[in-house]
Amino acid sequence: MIPSPGRLFRTTAFKLALVYLVVFSGLTLFLIAYISRSTTDLLTRQLESSIATEISSLVEQYRRGGIRQVVGSVEIRSRRPSASLYLVADFSGRTIVGNVADLPLAVLNLPDGKPVQVSYQRLDGDVAREFQALVRVFALPGGFRLLVGRDVGERTEFEDVIAESIQFVILVMVVMGLVTWVFVSRSVLGRVEDMAETSRRIISGDLGRRLQVTGSGDEFDNLATSLNHMLERIEALMTGLKEVSDDIAHDLKTPLTRLRNRLETALRDSRGEAGYREAIGASIEDADELIHLFDALLRIARVEAGSSGDELKPLDAAAIAADVAELYEPVVEDAGGTLTARVDGPLPIAGNRALISQALTNLLDNAIKYALPPEEGAPALSGTVAPALAGTVELRAKRVGEEVHLTVVDHGPGIPLADHERVTQRFVRLERSRTLPGSGLGLSLVSAVARLHGGRLALADAGPGLAATLVLPVRLETGGAEENHGTDVH
Amino acid sequence: MLRRRLRTRHGAGRRAMRGPPAKWSPNPVDGVRLMTMRVLIIEDDKEAASYLTRALDEAGHASDHAADGDAGQQLAEAGGYDVLVVDRMLPKRDGLSIVEDLRQKNDRTPVLILSALGQVDDRVAGLRAGGDDYLTKPYAFSELLARIEALARRNRPGDVDTSYRVGDLTLDRLNQKVTRGGTDIPLQPREFRLLEYMMRNAGQVVTRTMLLEHVWDYHFDPQTNVIDVHVSRLRSKIDKGFERPLLHTIRGAGYMIRDTVPG
Repeated sequence: MIPSPGRLFRTTAFKLALVYLVVFSGLTLFLIAYISRSTTDLLTRQLESSIATEISSLVEQYRRGGIRQVVGSVEIRSRRPSASLYLVADFSGRTIVGNVADLPLAVLNLPDGKPVQVSYQRLDGDVAREFQALVRVFALPGGFRLLVGRDVGERTEFEDVIAESIQFVILVMVVMGLVTWVFVSRSVLGRVEDMAETSRRIISGDLGRRLQVTGSGDEFDNLATSLNHMLERIEALMTGLKEVSDDIAHDLKTPLTRLRNRLETALRDSRGEAGYREAIGASIEDADELIHLFDALLRIARVEAGSSGDELKPLDAAAIAADVAELYEPVVEDAGGTLTARVDGPLPIAGNRALISQALTNLLDNAIKYALPPEEGAPALSGTVAPALAGTVELRAKRVGEEVHLTVVDHGPGIPLADHERVTQRFVRLERSRTLPGSGLGLSLVSAVARLHGGRLALADAGPGLAATLVLPVRLETGGAEENHGTDVH
Repeated sequence: MLRRRLRTRHGAGRRAMRGPPAKWSPNPVDGVRLMTMRVLIIEDDKEAASYLTRALDEAGHASDHAADGDAGQQLAEAGGYDVLVVDRMLPKRDGLSIVEDLRQKNDRTPVLILSALGQVDDRVAGLRAGGDDYLTKPYAFSELLARIEALARRNRPGDVDTSYRVGDLTLDRLNQKVTRGGTDIPLQPREFRLLEYMMRNAGQVVTRTMLLEHVWDYHFDPQTNVIDVHVSRLRSKIDKGFERPLLHTIRGAGYMIRDTVPG
């Protein structure tokens, strides 16, 4: 598609074609001029040397037989076809012999030795015609002057050829420039225009549209592929955003309604100060829960958007796991279980300590919350009334090939295989966990953190129980071996 | 208003209403709160500001309020405050730039930054600008109070004590040793740091979040009450078998270490 004439001259293709045209024409002209000049010089030198040869042979004649012999020789030479120009004049300038019809007299008075170009008339058939010649005058003893010249018609013809070829070449260049322009407009600008058109459609709301990739592997394909990746990312983010707002609409309204009802009830039943206090206390708890939920949602959204702000730093996942294990070891024990940490370090990763720590604490929180003793009454509970806990919870950190596996294993009821996919979605809570406190956001965050780090959350059956593994890619050593154990500022 | 009862000492002539910075008890670990803080609140939300002013007044602290960045900057530069509570987003002037300005003028008044932005990078930006602590809205007042009291105390000279003492409990920071009534109490490294932080803030409420941040360097709240478990373990080590408990739970706020029964 060729744009309208007004825009035609502003297009890159036109400018490019123009530039190429000017540059190549200039180059060609220079080349031709150079060659023609050298050739003309060469021809001139040849003319000069043949004139010089004739003069010296005629001078030789003069030395041998005087002016008479020169005249004789000139007469003979003049009659040859395509003869040189000859003229022998006496001291008064009168022509003795020669084949030149009319020549400016001044030429004969030229200083000796230097060839000059003059125009002369020659009888060509019956008509005297103007010709150009290169002549040289030689003074013979006794006042005689000898003029020898050669017609430069050959050289002139050559110059004509050159001039013609220049015109031809320029014509060819212009035509080629036009062809280039059309070609560039068609192929390059056409594709740019296609891209612009697609972009306009995307801007106007057709987010699913993608730029065309021709498969030729050229730079436009590269560009289109990159832009398509970008568009996919943007679309994913938009979808994420929409999901979050949907989630907020659905799942934050419930606790808000509860809060509102509680306050309304308190207002209606005047139960005295104690009653009000109780209602207000419960409302604050509701509000706190809402805030917590909101924070969790925002955090997930930001992690998913990959904009948690902190760039990923070189870290030792083993140290992170050890820290979290140390924090949770007494907690699990208090809840009646034991936490075993099996950390094989160092485990170099590029990550965000705060997020990975939080992911691990979420997994441990889940283990504590859901894991029940594998057999009835098997491990001796420490007498607390905390929710009955599994005997053992395990935190493993190890390297598997090019991956770091941070695994939390419990021996509770686990999650049915069919639900593994579903539980990482926001607000998904399985039937039997509805009675336990929680937001249904824990695993969503873990999964988002994993993805932010280029890893994944893998759930497996621990027979019985759940093994939740945060899989992170190993950081490949790039010179610096320094380990940064903290990302937060105190 | 409390500040009317305070006599002018600092900044005399500049601001007649200005009182002296809080006077600290010469023995900061005697467990009795003897101080009154002067707090400047720079916050554009009128409701939030008046809530804060009232709550601080009830807690025995005097406070001034500036409703925009320029006014806040002027009051802060006039000086004489123990703690500044600065909202991050303010009309006329950004909260962070006020803090940066103060720090450039070598004003070391502790600053707590309040913000609705709670991500780690926002926190880092706040602290980098020269803030000393960062609290995300919405917050519980008990959390804010505990933090500004800790900040004000931190600014007092002589904070670099090599040992702390509360009642008959001593903590030797150099030798990493804890004794009570002459008996050695062996502690795990993390327990030691937990006790160290609480004793540095003896007589002050420390919240669970503060402990998580300062002792574990975690800036998020795990669902389970992990801190309670760690504190109760520590308590069983330092209080068990002794007549007077030193480590107290402050309901709805956090913990406090001190020699008297909390009132």
